[in-house]
Amino acid sequence: MLFYTVRRLLLLIPVFLVVSIVIFLIIHLVPGDPIDNLVRVGSTPEQKAEITARYGLDRPLVEQYLIWLSQLAQGDLGTAIVMRRPVADLIAQNLPYSLTLGGLALLFSTVLGIAAGVIAAMNKEGRIDRTVMTGVLFGSTMPSFWLGLILILVFAVQLRWFPVSGARSWESLVLPVLTIGLGGMALVARVTRIAMLETAGKDFVLLLHAKGLPARRIQLRHVLRHALLPVVTILGLRIGWVLGGAVTVEYVFARPGLGMLLIKALSQHDYPVVQACLLMLAMAVMLGTLLGDLIQAAMDPRVRSALT
Amino acid sequence: MALLDVQDLSIDIAGIKPLDAIGFTVDKGETLGIVGESGSGKSLTALSIMGLLPLIGGRVERGTIAFDGMELTRLPEPDYRRLRGRRIAFITQNPMTSLDPVIRVGEQIDQVARLHLGLSGSAARRHSIEIMERLRIPEAATTWHNYPHQLSGGMKQRIVIAMALAANPDLIIADEPTTALDVTIQAQIVQILGELVREKGVALILITHDMGVVAQACDRVVVLYAGRVAESNTVSAIFASPRHPYTQALIGCIPRNAMERGSLVGIPGLVPSVARYPAGCRFHPRCTRSESLCEREVPVLERLASGAEIACHVADKREASHA
Repeated sequence: MLFYTVRRLLLLIPVFLVVSIVIFLIIHLVPGDPIDNLVRVGSTPEQKAEITARYGLDRPLVEQYLIWLSQLAQGDLGTAIVMRRPVADLIAQNLPYSLTLGGLALLFSTVLGIAAGVIAAMNKEGRIDRTVMTGVLFGSTMPSFWLGLILILVFAVQLRWFPVSGARSWESLVLPVLTIGLGGMALVARVTRIAMLETAGKDFVLLLHAKGLPARRIQLRHVLRHALLPVVTILGLRIGWVLGGAVTVEYVFARPGLGMLLIKALSQHDYPVVQACLLMLAMAVMLGTLLGDLIQAAMDPRVRSALT
Repeated sequence: MALLDVQDLSIDIAGIKPLDAIGFTVDKGETLGIVGESGSGKSLTALSIMGLLPLIGGRVERGTIAFDGMELTRLPEPDYRRLRGRRIAFITQNPMTSLDPVIRVGEQIDQVARLHLGLSGSAARRHSIEIMERLRIPEAATTWHNYPHQLSGGMKQRIVIAMALAANPDLIIADEPTTALDVTIQAQIVQILGELVREKGVALILITHDMGVVAQACDRVVVLYAGRVAESNTVSAIFASPRHPYTQALIGCIPRNAMERGSLVGIPGLVPSVARYPAGCRFHPRCTRSESLCEREVPVLERLASGAEIACHVADKREASHA
């Protein structure tokens, strides 16, 4: 298991390199550059060229990439061209907000999603099942930015329960967490329900009934445990998604965070900041997947045996 | 009085009626074989006795299942649950899929003793290992820690049998316990089950499609065809003089020594599906001796003086004069 973890971590290195190349290329292929945001109106081409040279943007792309990569390897994310601050500072300032929001949203969708899925599965085809699954269908089809606006309209503007925007208090977290969490909850609930119903039809469940175990205990201790295996995979994929998906939601709620930073940097073509933000999101996806796989291995002895 | 007495049992699963007036009895220390092809209703008979029909959306429509004086068809679920695994144990068809794959096999045996005998953790484990040793599972204490995927099919079936034995049941229902196993393992499992009946006096219902297993292990046999009893008799009588054309055909399917090449025959056709049972005798489309009466009228199950039962219009129902 330890060997497997180490190997998986080592495997992340080539993936990381490929991802960094793609990120670097995408941002540099977008038309426009940060210098336009720096120079004053009416400055001469010579002044422009001087600034371009100062940031190394006149060199060939390959060279620029290698410089960025070697700095990255030393833990240096560079300095923001337009915002004129070390990128690491900007990230450190914004990341905690995104992690809080993403973490709470993930927790919300995990706990309530599994609970809703279990309740639906245990009342299969009954009224409760249909009610829960209808709600889940709504939750999974609503785009998060739209849901965010509706929540603001109802709970912040009309009822005045929560602030409209910002990140000053815990109350300001409620609506963004709901906005991101509801979609995830719907997904988790659907997967949990389907997986539980599928597991319930297996031979070993019949034998558990034949052993005289109470039906509820069979559902919660045995069937649910199997149903959680696919749920864990999905949640692992969602760890990265939640951080990335928070981009639009942070914007809607005007919350500081990685998403807001990314959007601002994109509009200014602030290459080092955009690269660092995208790299953070990519790392979250990679680590999330790895975490999901490790948890699955911890839960399923068959997966563990296949690893060694 | 017999330990288990099933009478006139008919079941209903979502509007279809796969069992029609099944009846048989099992005594302590006796092995009853229930034989038939796939789709004849053998496994559903087992589920009916276990009270597990609701799991597949079915229910007992008519008839009685009396177990040790209790009427099971009217037993409330909590009482039924205390009976399952405790006094009536079940051995499923496929050991490969019958064990929870993420739980140690030992714990799965412990579960039964903890639930029904109230044993604590370590006592339950000692109890399980003792049963595993009795079933000749090598290095039982080590095997206790294994997960199902680490064991062979024969070992897994022994674990399933150990679970069935953990609470000292009075009746064991084994649904095709050997079908998924290698021939050599099959013989061992049948032998283990036979020893249990002889040594502990449990009643065993052995569901199988294999007449060879019946001959080896059973005292009496009920032949099912398309959800009805075709014939029932003692094993020796049924092999010596099968009366129902279907039983005759089943016995004709067993390969024997000194058979001529190419002389092994099957029964032409298939068991009809539940939705399309033919009128009259359900076997008549495949029967070599069917008459026009067989197409119209359902043959009643007749009880002969010797205790044998047969449902056929054309079979010879005379008892041998010395019987």
